[in-house]
Amino acid sequence: MSRAHMISVRNLDIVGHRPDGGTVPIVRDVSLEVREGQMLALIGESGSGKTTIALSLLGHVRPGCAISGGQITVAGHDVTSMTRHELRGFRGRTISYVAQNAGTAFNPALSIAQQVIEPARVHWAMTRQQAERKMIELFRALALPEPETIGARYPYQLSGGQLQRLMAAMALITDPEIVVFDEPTTALDVTTQIEVLAAFRAVLADRGITGVYVTHDLAIVAQIADHAVVLRHGQVRESGTVARILGNPQDEYTRELVAACRIPPRATPCAPMASAREDRVLDLSDVIVGYGNRTAEGLPERRILDHVSLSVPRGSTLGIIGESGCGKSTLARTISGLQPWAAGQVVFRGEALAPAVADRTREQRRRLQIVAQNADLVLNPAWRIGATIERVLTFFHGMKGAEARAEAMRLLDMVRLPHALLERYPAELSGGQKQRVNFARALAARPDLVLCDEITAALDPVVAAAILELMAELQETLGISYIFITHDLHAVRAVCDQVAVLYAGHVVEQCDSQSLTAGAHHPYTRLLVSSVPEMRAGWLADAMALRHAEGAPAAQRRADGGCQFFSRCDMRMPGQCDRGPVPVHTLPDGARIACYRSCADLAFPGGVAPAAPLHSYES
Amino acid sequence: MSGMTTGFRALRLPSLTPAQRVMGLFGFWLVLAVCGPFFAPYAPGQIIDTEVFAPLSHRHWLGTDYLGRDLGSRLLYAVRYTVLICTLSTAFSCGCGILLGIATTATPAWMEQVAGRLMDGILSIPSLLCALLVIAAFGDSLLALVLTLGVIYTPGAYRTSRALALRIARMDYITVAVARGEGALFIIWREILPNMRGPLLADVGLRFIYAVLLLSNLSFLGLGVQPPLVDLGSLVRENVLGLVYGSGAVILPTIVIGVLTVGINLVLDGTSRR
Ligand SMILES: Nc1ncnc2c1ncn2[C@@H]1O[C@H](COP(=O)(O)OP(=O)(O)OP(=O)(O)O)[C@@H](O)[C@H]1O
Ligand code: SF4
Ligand SMILES: [Mg+2]
Repeated sequence: MSRAHMISVRNLDIVGHRPDGGTVPIVRDVSLEVREGQMLALIGESGSGKTTIALSLLGHVRPGCAISGGQITVAGHDVTSMTRHELRGFRGRTISYVAQNAGTAFNPALSIAQQVIEPARVHWAMTRQQAERKMIELFRALALPEPETIGARYPYQLSGGQLQRLMAAMALITDPEIVVFDEPTTALDVTTQIEVLAAFRAVLADRGITGVYVTHDLAIVAQIADHAVVLRHGQVRESGTVARILGNPQDEYTRELVAACRIPPRATPCAPMASAREDRVLDLSDVIVGYGNRTAEGLPERRILDHVSLSVPRGSTLGIIGESGCGKSTLARTISGLQPWAAGQVVFRGEALAPAVADRTREQRRRLQIVAQNADLVLNPAWRIGATIERVLTFFHGMKGAEARAEAMRLLDMVRLPHALLERYPAELSGGQKQRVNFARALAARPDLVLCDEITAALDPVVAAAILELMAELQETLGISYIFITHDLHAVRAVCDQVAVLYAGHVVEQCDSQSLTAGAHHPYTRLLVSSVPEMRAGWLADAMALRHAEGAPAAQRRADGGCQFFSRCDMRMPGQCDRGPVPVHTLPDGARIACYRSCADLAFPGGVAPAAPLHSYES
Repeated sequence: MSGMTTGFRALRLPSLTPAQRVMGLFGFWLVLAVCGPFFAPYAPGQIIDTEVFAPLSHRHWLGTDYLGRDLGSRLLYAVRYTVLICTLSTAFSCGCGILLGIATTATPAWMEQVAGRLMDGILSIPSLLCALLVIAAFGDSLLALVLTLGVIYTPGAYRTSRALALRIARMDYITVAVARGEGALFIIWREILPNMRGPLLADVGLRFIYAVLLLSNLSFLGLGVQPPLVDLGSLVRENVLGLVYGSGAVILPTIVIGVLTVGINLVLDGTSRR
């Protein structure tokens, strides 16, 4: 009890002004406290007012909003009564802010050093040398590569994870007492996220900085925060220590949230890997997709997918995982005929598919449906929901009028939506509802295979969990097969039978989804699996200790053959792995791994079995 | 302050959407153009008074022009020609421009190349100069005027609609429609066009205003509508001597041009603000 309250918010009310002159409450009666040197997590779904509260600590409200009541005290300052001039000094010296997407926060025309040093010179009138020394020290503390020279680079020369850390450096260089992080890792891949998290945590602990961390990911909260506040609709639902909130949630909504982050792995047994050719819905063999000029053999120079071979057993789900830009969406577009392939073969229900959608038969198009990622872009805003679904029914089944309407209602029932939605426009629906309509539209065609491209990525965890449940249920009743593209490994374990791991356009492994944490695996699969945050405290330290490869460079496509993963692999064998085509091992259970190492090596990397099971909480 | 804005809002017609307001104002001008001349007390060419540039009086409400003709009647005819010529030419330019603009997002690349270069070509000639050239070559019939104004403003409409359509064509719902195997016409008509309505309406209104201004310019230079027909620009031109006497004959047509263009511009502003 000896430490003082660094931040204290009492009965905060924030309202937004509607265009018609009325007001809507955005934040209602929120009170919270943070002690010096501690980290508070603000948890909540999108629209719950997390960012609004975080920004109000800096004395900032978005245009159109206003603080209508309550008191904010930060490091002894009464923020609500500060003048503009006082605020300018306060932000930076006392409190600073790390935004969600560093990629857009930097000025592309200035070097990193110019932008990072700027606040220090403004706030503390440091000389350039002093500021530079300080900056390099910070870069080192944040585990950035080449701390002495990285400042001379420009934003486009750096990866997303590096920019995020540089942004933190910019926030820390003024020696603030408090740092507010607003979802700083949401835009990053899991493999990058873990490094950024570790860097943040080390720096904050080292300097005794008080922090506020806005996020919707409970697993991150478990790693980085001491206390947590759960928000919903602008109100505090529950607050307390992280261990208590995650371990023993009292509030109903918190319980739901915690449950959504602990989706159980699927209960039904997985479809067998090595099924006969006739038992497969889809078969890809040696598919090459690319852009740019053609080489002598007529293949594109810049390949996005290279010799991809996959298969989907009938009535099962194949997950595709991999980091951003590895070609997941391209794969979905290729299968659905929107991005023709240059070489290879795609066999769907025993028939070879034409590369372009225009050359496929109506029946083939009907049986292969795509459900695209972004719920906001996927429904035509000018069409009522009813018209959207009925168009598919008319197009494929010739249904019209009352017949189509009745079928559309049946489909809405299937995805658990009220019939009243048929008369609404997409803008009047929530994200989860849109995604369900999106699903209903695909189902309207009565497909055999549905391609789902990151369908849960933009949804809140509770809503996403419900969608996953729906998918599994429809598979059981209708016997649909899915290709499920995602970067969320929990989702993969919840709905997929098998997983294909994509790295830089190559399938490095296809295996059983339940065996991802055990047995022999490709080094990249291992890295990916070990980077997924768990809700157990101390996971971050364990996971970082397990890592051998440091400062992973961004994936570079190698034209000269050899393993794509070579530069990041902790088991690489120079002189062997970097030349020639990579051999593919087939394991007894049908899994396939593309690696030079033997299966025995891959089963126990470094000659020892992993000390702890990777997903302990799920047992 | 918020109370004041609410007050203003109540004064404005709150039940109309911005699009309805634009259509309403435009409809008013169209009705005036078609029906106005029927209410003109005199024929436009009839000399009714020996006094030229007569001031307002109960015999001729808006006074007389430089030949002693009734200005009110002539103004009603002038509105007819200005509004109708510009409506037709805008229909032509926006019809061609928008169709081409959307179509080239769905057709092979070479068609876009050809259309794009053609439009750039037209765009590179200053519009007044272009109009002068065409009229010098083909005469100054009303049809020639409509077509000239139409061609001059096609590239603008093409550019705008293409930019809008390209953005929409990248949306996932278009992808889904393509994957379903919908035809190009269906995609243009039913999927793309309905989502462009708002911005397109603003664009069409703007082209109409440009056409009014250019036509008035041409007529003022004596190259537009020829006597005995009359439009707002030529009305200003023939009465320009009245400026010395402060006659309404030169001021009133100018005001009408202003009211026509600025009025439409103001309601268009409302559509983009929302
Ligand atoms: N039209 C194009 N021309 C050239 N390269 C392209 C084009 N479209 C995509 N790419 C490249 O193809 C690669 C794979 O893109 P894709 O969208 O398939 O990635 P992804 O795995 O879905 O990533 P994310 O997880 O971010 O959605 C990327 O490097 C991208 O830059
Ligand atoms: S082939 Fe070599 S470099 Fe590639 S993953 Fe296997 S061990 Fe690592
Ligand atoms: Mg993608």
